[in-house]
Amino acid sequence: MDRTQLLLTLSIALFAIGLLGVMIRRNALVMLMCMELMLNGVILSLVTFASQSATVSGAVLVFLVFVVAAAEIAIAIPIVLLLSRQRKSLDVGAYSELKG
Amino acid sequence: MSGTDLLLWFFAAAAPGGGVLMLVARHPMRVAIALIGAMISLAGIYAILGVHVIAVFQVLIYVGAVMVFMVYVIMLLDVRDPSFLERYGRAVLPSVLLAGLLAVALAAAVGRGRSVTAGDLGTTQGESAGTLFNVQPFSAEFLGSYWLHFELTSVLLLAAVVAAIAVVKGGRRHDG
Repeated sequence: MDRTQLLLTLSIALFAIGLLGVMIRRNALVMLMCMELMLNGVILSLVTFASQSATVSGAVLVFLVFVVAAAEIAIAIPIVLLLSRQRKSLDVGAYSELKG
Repeated sequence: MSGTDLLLWFFAAAAPGGGVLMLVARHPMRVAIALIGAMISLAGIYAILGVHVIAVFQVLIYVGAVMVFMVYVIMLLDVRDPSFLERYGRAVLPSVLLAGLLAVALAAAVGRGRSVTAGDLGTTQGESAGTLFNVQPFSAEFLGSYWLHFELTSVLLLAAVVAAIAVVKGGRRHDG
């Protein structure tokens, strides 16, 4: 197994673990952190491809993804704060009336 | 096996190890610490790949900003609700099967792939791979070709700040 395949397998593993966490955990904050893990797995594959193809544009793209991730967390955290303030709970089962 | 390879294998084992700890830890703070460990391992991998700029930003932006924010919120909301007493929802087994199936399918696709080098793609820009991802070429590319995207990020961040304030203020009005 060469280095690229190792890193891509690692990125798949991180994505699958994060997806599993989003699906099975009940705490909204933990689900948010598992989504961050999924994003980190995808970023790892992006960095792997950038370094394999020796393109600086890939590194720039990764930087822009970092900024988008920071913006995402800046929106997600206030929403979780608001939900937990209204329901006095971080359990996603308490938000079940948000279903359509 | 050289020292670099050993380090790479170490970080490649530590990152999913942190992920598994995230799945089993009960308190959100421990989950956050495990995620920080996974992120620092990824920063180590980026440094080994020679993409030092991204390794630094991984530590500065992710661990330094995003996760510190997350840790603050966990300290703010120390709620001992049902999600603390019972970690997992109902559909654990189907979820494990689904995630496992996805991972196996993707890993099979990766395993069948043929390794391609930069020379095959014709993207090497005359520089040696060791200096390609240094700060200087990165900055030249970033502020030369991608200056518009950089400006657009500032608009995105401004919109995020305004949206966060709007969300929090709107909630206050409801609570009365």
